[in-house]
Amino acid sequence: MATKRTVDVSVSTTGLDKQGRPQRVPLVVDESGNVTTMEAPPALEPELEGEHMLINLGPQHPATHGVLRLVLELDGETVVRCIPHVGYLHCGFEKIGEYRQYNQIIPWTDREDYLNSPGNNVAFALGAERLFGIEVPERCKVLRVIAMELSRIISHLVWLGTTCIDIGAFTPFLWSFQERERVYNLLEKWCGARLTTSLTRVGGMMADIPDGWMDELRGFVQTFPKTIAEVDRMITRNGIWVGRTIGIGAMTATEAVNYGLSGPMARASGVAYDVRKDFPYLDYETYDFDVPVGTSGDVYDRYLVRMEELRQSVRILEQASARLPDGPVNIDDPRIILPPKTKATTEMESMIHHFKVVMEGPRPPIGECYVAVESPKGEKGYYMVSDGTSKPVRWRIRPPSYVNLSAIPKMVEGHLLSDVIAINASIDIVMGEIDR
Amino acid sequence: MSDQGIVQAGWAAPNAPAPSTPRKVPNRGGEMNPSADRIKARYPAAFVRAEVVWGETTVFLRPENVFEVIQYLHDDPNELYDYLSDVTAVEYRDLEQPLEVVWHVRSIPWRAFLRVKAQIPKDKPLRVKSVWPIYKGADWLERECYDMFGIEFEGHPDLRRILMWEQYKEGYPLRKDFPLRGRFSRAEQLRQALAANPEARYSMEELAIADAFEDLPADMRKRLLGGEETGE
Amino acid sequence: MGLAARPDTKVVTYAPEEQEGWVTTRLDFLVNWARAGSLWPMPFGTACCAIEFMATAASRFDLSRFGMERMSFSPRQADVLICAGRVPFKLAPVIRRIWQQMPQPKWCISMGACASSGGMFDNYAVVQGIDTIIPVDVYVPGCPPRPEGLIYGIMMLQKKVMNERSSDQTIRTELEPDPSSKLYIPPPVIDELSEPFGNSVHQTRSGL
Repeated sequence: MATKRTVDVSVSTTGLDKQGRPQRVPLVVDESGNVTTMEAPPALEPELEGEHMLINLGPQHPATHGVLRLVLELDGETVVRCIPHVGYLHCGFEKIGEYRQYNQIIPWTDREDYLNSPGNNVAFALGAERLFGIEVPERCKVLRVIAMELSRIISHLVWLGTTCIDIGAFTPFLWSFQERERVYNLLEKWCGARLTTSLTRVGGMMADIPDGWMDELRGFVQTFPKTIAEVDRMITRNGIWVGRTIGIGAMTATEAVNYGLSGPMARASGVAYDVRKDFPYLDYETYDFDVPVGTSGDVYDRYLVRMEELRQSVRILEQASARLPDGPVNIDDPRIILPPKTKATTEMESMIHHFKVVMEGPRPPIGECYVAVESPKGEKGYYMVSDGTSKPVRWRIRPPSYVNLSAIPKMVEGHLLSDVIAINASIDIVMGEIDR
Repeated sequence: MSDQGIVQAGWAAPNAPAPSTPRKVPNRGGEMNPSADRIKARYPAAFVRAEVVWGETTVFLRPENVFEVIQYLHDDPNELYDYLSDVTAVEYRDLEQPLEVVWHVRSIPWRAFLRVKAQIPKDKPLRVKSVWPIYKGADWLERECYDMFGIEFEGHPDLRRILMWEQYKEGYPLRKDFPLRGRFSRAEQLRQALAANPEARYSMEELAIADAFEDLPADMRKRLLGGEETGE
Repeated sequence: MGLAARPDTKVVTYAPEEQEGWVTTRLDFLVNWARAGSLWPMPFGTACCAIEFMATAASRFDLSRFGMERMSFSPRQADVLICAGRVPFKLAPVIRRIWQQMPQPKWCISMGACASSGGMFDNYAVVQGIDTIIPVDVYVPGCPPRPEGLIYGIMMLQKKVMNERSSDQTIRTELEPDPSSKLYIPPPVIDELSEPFGNSVHQTRSGL
């Protein structure tokens, strides 16, 4: 419920609290509901007051995670103002979507948020299926949940590794990439690609899982928490990590909702908004998992939320692998689903069928839909409009990290230049998704 | 912003049904979001029509009234649409059809979703009022809409191109009259792109929002007033 | 024979029993060998390929086996520009500037289909191959290339470096673009290179 909330800002050296987290000094909200997210910087000595300086960070900079460009106005080392420039990776995804059939768009969804390819494939297929008015079999739903959670794990692992490098720790990068390679092996066995998976089709999956795949998944699920625990032991109470993250870039819950933040960014601020819980899809309401919520919305809380989400993903994977039913993965509709490859190359009728489906493409009725899923970055939405032809009139991507990044001028204000790197890393930006 | 923006999931009415995956959604018809009726009762002049497509309610409004309706949707305790998911536009292949500006709003406390649309005929100036004063998250979404479709959002604090560079000459890429490969030849596109200065950062537009102009060194001020070379 | 056997200097006689640890070789070979074994890459990572590049640099594939673990994020201290990912027109002046800031001798690896040819992004926003902006030595195909593919491309570059001659001055000369158009290759050639081909010609129709 709506209450006055406190925001913790500064690091105290008094030790750990009951939960084992470093203690913080809370600042109370004033009467009008304003929260001072940071202690006011000490007034400058008159003779030290100097000229402001504009610094160009990016577009080619190792800490901008791609080609983001920030123009920072500095007073000494304190950021007075930040002007982000995006668009250096604008590749016209939405335009190309108007020229491709629904199944042909799926390879583009791989490359737009490329850390989360399987999740995007599933999200796009969900949207297209809503537009076609079809529902996939149970087995397909569970396989899609597995794909989404695996992609959440690999995306958070990249976030963890790169953020650790940005803040000064190199080892977790190697550990997380080692775990990523194990997920890559799983995905490679399933669909043949490591990164750009194109895992789904409209009305089903690109392929069923191969024999023995479930056992390997269970092996991964059993051993992966050990790595999380190692990283946790190494970083969570590390003095440097704590000092560089606590109280940095805090957003209150009100601000987070108003700025449109979603995903771990919003949850770290105390907004328990998770699309899987609030607007479920793929029967997520039947899985037992928790939504971690932070209190102060700073970089440290975002880190804690993402670490907990890794554990919750493992929980969901456990349940999904236990309940995977037998049966078909594709719907039974020859107007949408291609005939099996062996038939298409040996039987004339199947070949003609294959040719018709590929060249003409399945046609949805006139309509539109907005389907949102919980991607590792937040609420990822696909808005599709059909005018009855085989290609959408409009394929709109609602990019969560684009909206999250738009709050960066607010977050970095008053912090030091080196904190900008930590804040920028904590947003978990993927330029492919931001610029599209 | 008041405290009502602070939300917890599951704050919905105590007897409200638990959210579940939508099943067997019909193409047309189905349960309409009650907000549509409330808008119709409250703003009869602004309301055009409402429809339910694939289970999602769309409210068509007159373009000049969108702002006040969204303000009501955001503030009224029965609505509490506090989260702006998306601002975008749709242009249809049928060039007779008007261009549509689309807002997707969510109520996190009430677990509701609503699509608001405004149709702008092609012969009128593409202009609507910005919802930035209500939702700060609309900032970049509206800039992108301006960049891709050329829709002007009145009241936006800093409406300029965001994805394409500022001197981009070919037009608005997502309009249907824009060819897939652009208007110019590849060599011409490349020549124009290479002429841009990659560090042209202190543009006057930037400083208009930056209002740091007075704090800049004198020589930089002079250079800016003289118009810095930013390429094409 | 010794290393320096010019008639006006004293001939160094090779006497292994007296002077242990002597190796004779061509100077070119020695320089190239040292250079090929310690190429400093400048990762210009933009998109998906950058993730595979990171995977190549990380624990499993371990780029340091090729002397390339020293990532040089500053172009002025780099030998190889690895362009990993698609390059839109907005980024074209940036990559050109970075290439011009790198000192000679320098090489360029174009990693992935998008950097090499525009790949699947045949539209208004993407440069159809970075070879229209900067000269490229090695093209690595794939979307994205597997780490093994990138490592193979790096080994090909090392072979190229090993075959260079210090007497050949062309590797030291900076290529100057045409001053009016700022392009290395004539515009008609760029148009011809960027022409869509094959199936993609049929995919420019919207609707139906």
